[in-house]
Amino acid sequence: MKHDLVLRVVAKVFLPFILLFALYVQFHGDFGPGGGFQAGVIIAAAIIFYALIYGLENARRVVPEWLVERMMAAGVLVYAGVGVAGLLLGGNYLDYFVLDLDPVHGQHRGIFWVEVGVAITVSGVMLKIFYMFADRGTPEQ
Amino acid sequence: MAVTVIVLARSRNLFAVVVLGSLYSFLMATVLVALDAVDVAMTEASVGAGISTVLLLGALYLCKSEEAKPLHRPWLPLVVASACGLVLVYGTIGLPAFSDPAAPIHAHVVPRYLNDALRETGVPNVVTAVLASYRGYDTLGETTVVFTAGAGVIALLRRRRDRKEQKK
Repeated sequence: MKHDLVLRVVAKVFLPFILLFALYVQFHGDFGPGGGFQAGVIIAAAIIFYALIYGLENARRVVPEWLVERMMAAGVLVYAGVGVAGLLLGGNYLDYFVLDLDPVHGQHRGIFWVEVGVAITVSGVMLKIFYMFADRGTPEQ
Repeated sequence: MAVTVIVLARSRNLFAVVVLGSLYSFLMATVLVALDAVDVAMTEASVGAGISTVLLLGALYLCKSEEAKPLHRPWLPLVVASACGLVLVYGTIGLPAFSDPAAPIHAHVVPRYLNDALRETGVPNVVTAVLASYRGYDTLGETTVVFTAGAGVIALLRRRRDRKEQKK
């Protein structure tokens, strides 16, 4: 699909909005439907879309393989780190009330970081699986 | 949805099967919206209809697009599956009726979340509050499961560099 002009132009128009929508889903998850998992999937879908239209090599240049692999682990670590932060501040593991002076604000902060962690891991794993599958089709250099 | 499933089961063309599976996911997402489970519907539409379709098409690219004819009629699996379904339907008879206000879940857990979630967490979306705060451990476990799945795929599909060097 690399040489299809219509698809290339449409993809270029759509991509920023897809990414913006992912961010909206991520940060508006407290108020409307959505959250880390959905946002992570949408980010991954945007990059897979890019890879389908512009080719795998270009997508690899935008989101390199090492970054994807780090993302997979980093998300889980962010999530677990929120729990450890709660421990250090004198609460229980994954207890958000101690993260700020005001318990409700602490909850907000805890949920925010937890959702960030989920989004990072989910988009990393989805992208990695896609890269892996797409890689099988190309002959080994 | 029933029509989709019947066509899915009868079709031998794998490309059609993948597209129909995606269609089924979209119908499922619509059903979930009708049930007011917007968060789940969003996940179903993006994961079920979007990413898994792309992954299945990627897998299809690696193999033949026609399913091989089965060597024998799979009667035994059909009987087992039907029996399983019947047992599950029998199990649902014991459940309280759909949207029954006297059901146990509406007596204890739901009022607690619906009444106190906004005050305790300051998050208006109760689904997010339950997911990330009240059931934080479960979500941590889920994230770990996703990570493990990714690690498993890497372990299975990664090409070894040393093998390439051996060839040289």
